[in-house]
Amino acid sequence: MSARDDILATIRRSLGVTGREPTRRDVVEQRLMRSPRGLIPKRADLPPAEQVALFIKMAEAVSASIARVASLDEVPDALAGFLRAHNLPMALRHGEDAIFTAIPWDRQKTLEHRSGRSDGNDLVGLSHALAGVAETGTLALVSGNDNPTTLNFLPDTHIVLIDAKDIVGDYESVWDRLRSRYGRGKMPRTLNFVTGPSRSGDIEQKILLGAHGPRQLHIVVVG
Amino acid sequence: MFLTTETFKENAVEALGNEQLQRAMHNVEAGFIGKRKAAADRLPEFDQLRANARDIKNHTLAHLDLYLEAYEANLTAAGGLLHFARNSEEARSVVLDICKRVNARTVTKGKSMISEEINLNEALSAAGVDPIETDLGEYIIQLRGEHPSHIIAPAVHVLKEQVEADFRRVHTHLAPERNLDEPESLLGEARAVLRDKFLKSDIGVTGANFLIAETGTSIIVTNEGNGDLTQTLPRIHIVIASIEKLVPTLDDVSQILRVLARSATGQDFSVYTTLSTGPRRPGDPDGPEEYHVILLDNGRSSMLGSEFQDMLRCIRCGACMNHCPVYHAVGGHAYGSVYPGPMGAVLTPSLFGVDKAGHLPNASTFCGRCESVCPMMIPLPKMMRHWREREFERNLSPATFRAGLSVWAFFATRPWLYHLATRIGMLVLGFAGKARGRFSWLPLAGGWTKYRDLPAPAGATFQAAWAKRPRT
Repeated sequence: MSARDDILATIRRSLGVTGREPTRRDVVEQRLMRSPRGLIPKRADLPPAEQVALFIKMAEAVSASIARVASLDEVPDALAGFLRAHNLPMALRHGEDAIFTAIPWDRQKTLEHRSGRSDGNDLVGLSHALAGVAETGTLALVSGNDNPTTLNFLPDTHIVLIDAKDIVGDYESVWDRLRSRYGRGKMPRTLNFVTGPSRSGDIEQKILLGAHGPRQLHIVVVG
Repeated sequence: MFLTTETFKENAVEALGNEQLQRAMHNVEAGFIGKRKAAADRLPEFDQLRANARDIKNHTLAHLDLYLEAYEANLTAAGGLLHFARNSEEARSVVLDICKRVNARTVTKGKSMISEEINLNEALSAAGVDPIETDLGEYIIQLRGEHPSHIIAPAVHVLKEQVEADFRRVHTHLAPERNLDEPESLLGEARAVLRDKFLKSDIGVTGANFLIAETGTSIIVTNEGNGDLTQTLPRIHIVIASIEKLVPTLDDVSQILRVLARSATGQDFSVYTTLSTGPRRPGDPDGPEEYHVILLDNGRSSMLGSEFQDMLRCIRCGACMNHCPVYHAVGGHAYGSVYPGPMGAVLTPSLFGVDKAGHLPNASTFCGRCESVCPMMIPLPKMMRHWREREFERNLSPATFRAGLSVWAFFATRPWLYHLATRIGMLVLGFAGKARGRFSWLPLAGGWTKYRDLPAPAGATFQAAWAKRPRT
């Protein structure tokens, strides 16, 4: 008997079932199809403007920094200002997301921006988030050519653009967006929930920022 | 898996006398308990979420065969490869076969307790493949040739000065006069050393906190980002997970995620919660070309339907050990198992036999803190009691212990005799201890008085005092 069949047989023996019971199969099928909502904390059950405010507050509480701009036109200045303030070179790397072609880069002529995945030599990565979760100040980023996953982890500094309209209350709202974008039961290859910059408490339980991922996380809320 | 649980008593005595360990163990109490409480208090729905999390896992376990089949179908549809493994040996050989096929020389690893359970590193080394732990705590203990002493803080027993000494011993390519006084500089050094390893690795191995049946997804929850570098950069990503990691849907896992980080580190949410579904897609500029999942049973399927089924709800947050007075006193290594503390005291005998691990369920005061903080509401003391009963039924407990218990049973089943004996005993002890109020030595109580004084009884039994209490 294969390991697979053996394990399934032991599970069924232990549970005292055959696996063919129509009621059991039905319960499982319904749950997978309907994915019933659980309890969603009241914390983020707010009007959109307050959700944005909560998102900013929670992200700052986990040591992310935030800038807010009115439109994409202001993004180059915001990026350049941040890089300058942190003594970083005027260079960053981003993916092929449409948002990056909509940014008027020529407003900051000294700001170099390249596209593609990171090979570990970029100091600053720039991504566009699918969504932000107000509940915990969490960003949701999906893999692909638009926003390569390597940009989320290899550069020392990660800057993430997020449209204020994409800030939602809870994780469940992110599942809704994924289901409508990719179809039920389907997922992007990688979904990264990111809550603050990388950290470790492994030396004497003292929390230090900048473990293996970015040392700083800067979020630019657009709109 | 290394197992020195049979010598738990000796291990514990040694741990109690280890001054460095005792200093390090203070960090557990200081680092975890208050933070967990603050995080739980910030979320009014915390206890309701715990109950939901418990119910979701109970439902999953009762339908585990069907959810495994659904997971398999969805994972396969996403291009992932699923391998079932009945035991450690089968799980190891799947990894070794992949290594062999692609001629792998190095394997970077995210933190995984299943990898510890199946002894993967030893097997890789023996096959000429270099396993590189990348979680800072795991990296430290790998350099020290040790095993984790905590399931989420593997190097919690190590002091900063010891880490410095290990780094100086191993990182000989760096300037000897460099300053490593601060934890920040130790972290920076580990980051630089490991960054290079990430980029050169052939295969990345991670564990999984959850597997989602609805989508065929595996989830890792981390803070450092090492797990993500481990699984994103190499050509092959191997996930090793045990069968009880299954959760039906994304909505279900949201309930459990809300209690996981709060219970573990006292964070509202961990820095990185990563959902992976299959290999690199057409047009993807990065990510692994192959995505394998090894599903390990190792005795878990037999726990279903038994009095130990509830243990399979465990999400490995570590809250039980963080709150355990026995764990605080002896540390994780004394348990001699990959899984220490209260959860280990229940799980280790289930996986490896009560004959080998019978001491662990005895290493509890039954104070109940573990159950009270468990996000999955696992009745840990009750299950430890089940193991004690099994140990007794199978005649595994020592003769003196059994003889003592028989003497006690003789009196306990004859209440009048019990009352008489305890009354006389209390009178004698109360009189003898009247002057000092405590004993530093007593016949038959050497195990107690060797370490601390025994308070002298007040001269009357509890039952006598109870009978005299004013009635309202």
